[in-house]
Amino acid sequence: MSAAEIQAEARRVLGICNACGYCNGFCDLFEAARRRPALTEADLIHLANLCHACRNCYHACQYAPPHVFAVNVPHALARMRHQGYRDQVWPRAFAPLLDHPHATVIGVTLGAILLVLALALAFDPDPGWPRAAPGPGAFYHVLPWEVMVGIGLLPLGWSALALGIGWRRYWRLTHPGSKATRDLVPPGDARLHALVDILKLRNLRGGGVGCNDRNAGFSPWRRWLHQVLLGGLALSLAATLSATLYHHGLGLQAPYPFWSAPVLLGTLGGSALLVATAGLAWIEWRADPAPLAPESRRLDCAFLWLLFVVASSGLALLVWRETPAMPLLLIVHLGAVLAFFLLLPYSKFVHSGYRAAALALAARDRHAMPRDRS
Amino acid sequence: MIGGGAAALCAAITARRAGCSVLLAEQAPKPLRGGNTRHARNLRLSHDAPTAFTPGAYPASEFWSDLVRATEGRADPVLGPLFVARSAGITDWLSAAGVPLQPLTSGELPESRRTVFLLGGGKTLLNRLYTLAEQLGVEIRYGCEIRDPVIESGRLVAVMASLGGASYPLRPRTLIACCGGAQANRDWLRRHWGAAAAGFINRGTPFADGKLLEDLLRQGVQPVGDPRGAYLVAVDARSPPEDGGIVTRVRAMPEGIVVDAHGCRRHDEGGDTASTRYALWGRRLADWPDQIGYLILDARGLRAAPPALYPPILADGLAELASRLGIEATRLQATVAAYNAAVRPPNAAHDDWHTVGLDPPKTSRAHPLTEPPFAAYPMRPGITFTYQGVAVDERARVRLSTGGVVENLFAAGMIMAPNLMPRGYVSGLALSIGIVFGHLAGAEAARHVRR
Repeated sequence: MSAAEIQAEARRVLGICNACGYCNGFCDLFEAARRRPALTEADLIHLANLCHACRNCYHACQYAPPHVFAVNVPHALARMRHQGYRDQVWPRAFAPLLDHPHATVIGVTLGAILLVLALALAFDPDPGWPRAAPGPGAFYHVLPWEVMVGIGLLPLGWSALALGIGWRRYWRLTHPGSKATRDLVPPGDARLHALVDILKLRNLRGGGVGCNDRNAGFSPWRRWLHQVLLGGLALSLAATLSATLYHHGLGLQAPYPFWSAPVLLGTLGGSALLVATAGLAWIEWRADPAPLAPESRRLDCAFLWLLFVVASSGLALLVWRETPAMPLLLIVHLGAVLAFFLLLPYSKFVHSGYRAAALALAARDRHAMPRDRS
Repeated sequence: MIGGGAAALCAAITARRAGCSVLLAEQAPKPLRGGNTRHARNLRLSHDAPTAFTPGAYPASEFWSDLVRATEGRADPVLGPLFVARSAGITDWLSAAGVPLQPLTSGELPESRRTVFLLGGGKTLLNRLYTLAEQLGVEIRYGCEIRDPVIESGRLVAVMASLGGASYPLRPRTLIACCGGAQANRDWLRRHWGAAAAGFINRGTPFADGKLLEDLLRQGVQPVGDPRGAYLVAVDARSPPEDGGIVTRVRAMPEGIVVDAHGCRRHDEGGDTASTRYALWGRRLADWPDQIGYLILDARGLRAAPPALYPPILADGLAELASRLGIEATRLQATVAAYNAAVRPPNAAHDDWHTVGLDPPKTSRAHPLTEPPFAAYPMRPGITFTYQGVAVDERARVRLSTGGVVENLFAAGMIMAPNLMPRGYVSGLALSIGIVFGHLAGAEAARHVRR
């Protein structure tokens, strides 16, 4: 299906929704679509990213296939979203990475592990396979601290740049005609509402009953697991920051004892990520495929695997850090983290910025254009 | 249980909970199950105090007087009050069964004291009740048609079930007919409407074929309502012949003028701007040449029109528009010119745009049609349900024309709704009748079986 066909299908389907309106209690999408009845390209890109893929509207739809209207909103909008990820990716030549996410994740992760191994070998003071040396600074015998920081910060810098460019392209696209950024920022109330919508994942509440995660039954799990995943990422970030504080502020060298802030936070965060990625992957695996787009599903699953490898390798490192396996585990974990950083702009992670921008725009629209409910 | 909509499900669940073994025969395949419940959105119920789903109060007495008014006094005086009183229990039952209703706090609903809205519409209700029925152990057969009931000395003795090309005789201890009206039955419509029936579009399920209803009437069951009666709504003429549902409605009549195939106006487009206008225009179109009419708008009217399923037919000039519609150009131009000459802005006597000296007049929103492009929506009558059914007593038992009832044959839903609404309609009524009488019939049938 070409980009034009994907867009035409999204326009056709949402046109039917605008004449129907039965699903307007599930999420913000349907009232947002009615506020933009022209359904221009910019409208469709915005609405596609407002959709959280909860699938309630598919299972509730009186016009779902095999009805002749063949309305499948989550499918049509998932395709629109994926097309948008490809169109806004920077540099554009990297778009195929999003189409082959499994190969990308496997290739980049293996490559990153090999790179870390090569660095470990290159910087190792004693020749041969890196060996575990117990006590403070054990990790830095495998790989010097400066190198470790380098393989963290350099890819993060690149990814921040690439994400920023992509998100900015999206912002411009969904706010056509506006030049000054200050005009685009939603007013205070709307900003607060958007923030609450993001933090609470309000649009994954299905209007209060939950979502059709796997079938027509309502479930809270996809929303909760997404929250656990976010919490896991936040704890992992906190672990890194606290480790930095220990290193520079307190002059303490890793590995830290189990009852220290970096290890506790990292263990909690890693465990949360394991639970969340396994749970979400299970839902993806068991879900009715009809309302999902294959390309989105691949992108979701590949990212979940990557996060799973990052978390599980980190926890394995914690468990076996006193053993001879430590250097290998450290290399694998650092490689996985490096791959995760590198792939931020070329994975499902990109949706975070688009979704946040869509929620902010929807909140602004709600304030600017309250709908006549007659 | 014959049928698979809200009435059949409520009856099946109630009877199964009462300990009966229940077989539910739904004629549609699984994806299109549920009759016209699949197209439903809200239901009407009485309540004495505000709820999470309805503001204010809607006492049973007010519901009953609304029903009397809408049916011009023809609603059954025994079943009607029983129904409006029992409607008060619907929300609690649905909530307990896990059917989600849309709370007022969602902020996206019209203020409606009289009806509650199903979150996501009728299909969400169906999905939930089918799952519940399966969990309770109701046997469900899709693609299963029940015909040829045999009624002997006040008892239903047997029916024939067809499933996957084979036919089986069934001898149930009781039977509940919940299989709707006859709106999808073209022979039925032709019999009562003649050639005009060819111009009708069936808005709802193609499985409401009324065949079991015909069988029952042939077996001496007492009919109720009017065989020619049909609830017709103006729908886009380009809609599929069946199952187009809510989105096929044409809604913007007050924003323009409506002409027939000869380009002539026939009614006041500004006379009724409430939601009752859809049915008014549907009934009118049934009597027009070829059952077709055209809503004509200019660019202003188009901007004011609510979203529609199909894009309008557009043209820069009226002559071009007329030729696209197959109307004689001079006739359409003359109609619009006469209309434009008669429109007047609001004044002391009229607080809205209106016409002066025009027959028929347009009494509100009579803006001139001058701003190109011009647009047209072709319209046909869209049949929603028919007004003939089987007469039932206060225990939902089917009555016989010769007097008395069939002791083991019950009816619920649209097949018996003409007892309550032999004419007219108020929104949300059909689903409420299905749920209330589905329960009643399920409970009474279980009582009969256990006796």
